[in-house]
Amino acid sequence: MIAGPPPTLKLPPKRANRQRRLRSGVIGSLVVCAAMALCSCQRAGILDPQGPIAAAERLLLINSTAIMLVVVIPVILAILAVAWWYRSSNPSAGRSADVGFEGRIEFVTWSIPALIVILLGGVIWIGSHQLDPRAPIPAKVPPIQVDVVALDWKWLFIYPDQRVAAVNVLVIPTGTPVQFRLTSATVMNSFFVPQLGSQIYAMGGMATHLNLLADQPGEYPGFSAMFSGDGFSDMRFIVKAVSAQDFARWVEQVRGSGAALDDATYAALARPSQNVAPITYGSVEPRLFERILEETASGHERHAGAVLRSPVREAGG
Amino acid sequence: MLGRLSWDAIPFNEPIPLVAGAVVVLVILAVLAFITVKGWWPYLWREWLTSVDHKRIGVMYMTLGLVMLLRGYSDAIMMRTQQAIAVGDAQGYLPPDHYDQIFSAHGTIMIFFVAMPLVIGLMNFVVPLQLGVRDVAFPVLNSVSFWLTASGALLINMSLVIGNFARTGWWNYPPLSELAFSPDVGVDYYLWSLQISGIGTLMTGVNFVSTILKLRAPGMTYFRMPVFCWTALASNMLIVAAFPVLTATFAMLLLDRYLGMHFFTNDFGGNQMMYANLFWAWGHPEVYILILPAFGVYSEVIATFSGKGLFSYRSMVLATLGICVLSFMVWLHHFFTMGAGADVNAFFGIMSSIIGVPTGVKIFNWLFTMYRGRIVFTAPVLWSVGFMVTFVIGGLTGVLLAVPPVDFILHNSAFLVAHFHNVIIGGVVFAVFAGYQYWFPKVFGFTLDDRWGKASFWCWLIGFYLAFTPLYILGLMGMTRRLQHIPDPSWQPLLLVAELGAVVIFLGVLCTIVQLYVSIRTREQRRDLTGDPWNGRTLEWSTTSPPPAYNFAVLPSVETIDAFWEMKRRGRTPVEPHYEPIEVPRNSPTGFIIAFFAVVTGFSLIWHIWWLVILGLLAAAITIMAFGWSENREREIAVSEVARVEQARLGARGRA
Amino acid sequence: MTIAETDFVPTDVARGRGGGGPAPTRTVVAYGFWIFLLSDFILFSGLFATYAVLSDQTAGGPTGAELFNLRNVFIETMCLLLSSYSCGIGALAAERRHIDYFYVTAVFTFLLGAAFLFIEFSEFAGMINAGAGPWRSAFLSAFFTLVGTHGAHVTLGLLWFIYMIAQVFVKGLRPHVLRRLLCFSLFWHALDIVWIGVLTLVYLMGAR
Repeated sequence: MIAGPPPTLKLPPKRANRQRRLRSGVIGSLVVCAAMALCSCQRAGILDPQGPIAAAERLLLINSTAIMLVVVIPVILAILAVAWWYRSSNPSAGRSADVGFEGRIEFVTWSIPALIVILLGGVIWIGSHQLDPRAPIPAKVPPIQVDVVALDWKWLFIYPDQRVAAVNVLVIPTGTPVQFRLTSATVMNSFFVPQLGSQIYAMGGMATHLNLLADQPGEYPGFSAMFSGDGFSDMRFIVKAVSAQDFARWVEQVRGSGAALDDATYAALARPSQNVAPITYGSVEPRLFERILEETASGHERHAGAVLRSPVREAGG
Repeated sequence: MLGRLSWDAIPFNEPIPLVAGAVVVLVILAVLAFITVKGWWPYLWREWLTSVDHKRIGVMYMTLGLVMLLRGYSDAIMMRTQQAIAVGDAQGYLPPDHYDQIFSAHGTIMIFFVAMPLVIGLMNFVVPLQLGVRDVAFPVLNSVSFWLTASGALLINMSLVIGNFARTGWWNYPPLSELAFSPDVGVDYYLWSLQISGIGTLMTGVNFVSTILKLRAPGMTYFRMPVFCWTALASNMLIVAAFPVLTATFAMLLLDRYLGMHFFTNDFGGNQMMYANLFWAWGHPEVYILILPAFGVYSEVIATFSGKGLFSYRSMVLATLGICVLSFMVWLHHFFTMGAGADVNAFFGIMSSIIGVPTGVKIFNWLFTMYRGRIVFTAPVLWSVGFMVTFVIGGLTGVLLAVPPVDFILHNSAFLVAHFHNVIIGGVVFAVFAGYQYWFPKVFGFTLDDRWGKASFWCWLIGFYLAFTPLYILGLMGMTRRLQHIPDPSWQPLLLVAELGAVVIFLGVLCTIVQLYVSIRTREQRRDLTGDPWNGRTLEWSTTSPPPAYNFAVLPSVETIDAFWEMKRRGRTPVEPHYEPIEVPRNSPTGFIIAFFAVVTGFSLIWHIWWLVILGLLAAAITIMAFGWSENREREIAVSEVARVEQARLGARGRA
Repeated sequence: MTIAETDFVPTDVARGRGGGGPAPTRTVVAYGFWIFLLSDFILFSGLFATYAVLSDQTAGGPTGAELFNLRNVFIETMCLLLSSYSCGIGALAAERRHIDYFYVTAVFTFLLGAAFLFIEFSEFAGMINAGAGPWRSAFLSAFFTLVGTHGAHVTLGLLWFIYMIAQVFVKGLRPHVLRRLLCFSLFWHALDIVWIGVLTLVYLMGAR
């Protein structure tokens, strides 16, 4: 028969050296983490917005984080404090028996997260509507249109109104809303210029829409944020925001030189290639974007198992 | 005759996979040879491979998970190293072709063949014992489930040696995963190994839902079940509800690839967005399938080592069920950037932040459990406290990503990678280690060495922060995920710190291996003679360590929550209970044989060896029919045998 | 499991809700099988959702209105429903150990189910011959997969049923055989439920 008090646990013996080493390990890594956090103050990427969309999104990021830190930091401190104070070797800690349920505490434990979530819910609703990629950006000047086609593994930018095109370089005028239509001639990609704001998927057979604006002149890196195959890491482009006059000059200069983006040239461009240097085209087939879209969606007679890469336009098609 | 299989499938001209594959094959052959020389095959066959005992199956799941952790982790180290050195113009040592396979394999293996088996293994061992019953509802099905999971793992590892793996990431999005853009066997390896193991997992879900709802000790009403069983119930309900979606999705992609259909192709009306929706309709519940049992482990560990019952059992249960339901209403947050529009994005963003409420409640409940308790700082407690701090940070970044405009600039970045590793490592992995340390004495009869356990914890904790804090920062600086080489040299210092973190975590893994070795060597000093080394609260601690095959000679009569704690409080009765003969299921080779044919069929499907597909399916069908026809599936343990085991148990406890 | 095999007791005490300990085997088996069927419903719901999204993506090919023959659909629906009905009668006969009635209803169950399959197979063959195979468009891929998955379930069900009839013939209507017949009945009726969904969403709505 077994009765009596439950057996006590044997505690592991203290090792002063090990604790010291441990503490220095923890402190060391905390220092490294803090140093890294400070490094991040270096302005780059999404922490260095160059347009109203990016600025609004960074503000949302900071605000949402701050709202949550108001709860998270005290909770983390409480966890560490409670765990430390109520260790079994602490003689001055108060102990109590099982407290199965206490309504007042439960009310608080449900309320705190609920309040944060209600607040964030409002932020989410308003923010999602204000920063909807499809929403045009109010500005004093009329927007320009850019059609974006994701290829393997480069980006084609078509200016339907200016009738020029470029690969892996996107020149836009500052202070002017840019209305993007995006599609892919191959697999899913994601068009992203961190310093200008939102990214959006580019998918075959359909068009997505995005609105961005660059406040001031500069060069901003862009890339694909959706893995698309072997050449994905090099699927980078550069956005050159220039003044309106410089933009007009650039358009003129491109129109006067560079190849024509006709069917044959597009067919050659559409073949898989990596690490493509910027190209400009002095003229573009009319409605090229729409035709790429239809071509990707319609497909020719294909048999199961046929190996295809990017759709190759027939000459004269 | 052999489909598209040929000698070209073996990577003779690619040194890295060739060497890796050769090493794996040699290790496997060495292990098999060792077992043969030692004459252990009869024992293994009788006691493990054909066992339908949930305790054995649980151990096999955990072994599978821990072994696959080594594979998944070596992928991780390779990726970290590549990213640390391939900066600017440097191309590193992994060409895109390999790098893409490695990150795809890393994610797939870690989710499906590490996290799932580890969590399911814990549930397998513990749940029937905590419920006070003898086994799960369908023991042979349990064996089939395990072996199908192992088959999937085997197939994925075969892709290292024969052919190649998918290069599409672990979600395998079309059109990249369609035949036009991925014509080789890689995607087929992914799809078939996951379809096969998915059937096993679904069967586990059915099994455990039935067990928890229909098989409990007398007197154990729903609100007297241990919290771990509630979380296991919620997790398995999610498995039953979510895995069929994955099966259907993969089936449709397979039909596209094998029969030229157009579910997700660019052309002929296919819709790639449908795949994303279906995949994540499974994918989000999947992460809750992983985390809910982890929450259950923490509840058990914190309550036991605080010497205090869990604070507010009922709100824990409510929070668990709330998470279970809500997990089906948030999936779109995985692709806010697909362009669904503000209303849809906002709805899913709000739902995603609502799911933080029950999780926050749980954190507070654990805090109040420790408050005014008497906390003994064993390794499981360290894992639990480390989890609480780490997971809260991961949850913060998660709710941040749930704000669609913020997600627009962080989607698919290194920040996202850091977030999900934060919650999976801090949440699931820490729980697995806590549970492993906590229940190990129950499984094997001796405790693990606590110092090496703590060393492992500190390595994991420090290593995690070193490895992933840089990724949070790099994500903010504009680094996207899955890059084979890094364009911006200023990112290299942070990537080197991340690499250091990965090495420190690896040291943690080594500590766990050393811990096992040391513990086995010194096991006599740490024998668990009472069956209750931690002064536990739930019924599994009322059995011997390890428990007899039948778990309980007499099913315990339950009157409260924490039934064993109550039994101890009242003291045990001196009267010898009345024993009856106990029926236990006989072993069955069904699971092992079905799995064998599943591997044959899967391999043949991948390589288009159609005649072998038919043979494999036929053989599996015949095995099922043979099992279905069999009689005499149970054997009886006589009263004398039961009495003898129980006397020995009580005698040992008396001596302790 | 320690619950001994018992003969079917029509007014079984509902155990398993915590009061009396583990539920009897028959309850556990039927319950587990029902959970499995629920998972199967979810599989179908994934296929239904895909069908709903892709139903107008005909890629210039034939539409449902052009392809569906509602008269045949009505006949095959009646076959399946009557097969379920005879399955139900057969289940009652088995519970009452009227083995002859069981065999008679089993024949009807099987033949009506086979008739359903025959009509469906002919429909598919006809569509493929007319150039409207599953590779023609996303709509047709979704149609063939949704309806075909249901048909595959019916096929597997009929094979299972033959196996069950063999078990009844050799082993008799013993408790474990009866449990399996119960599972089969659940399966067969569940396929009916799915078919009503297919009938409505695919054929009736598609033929407009």
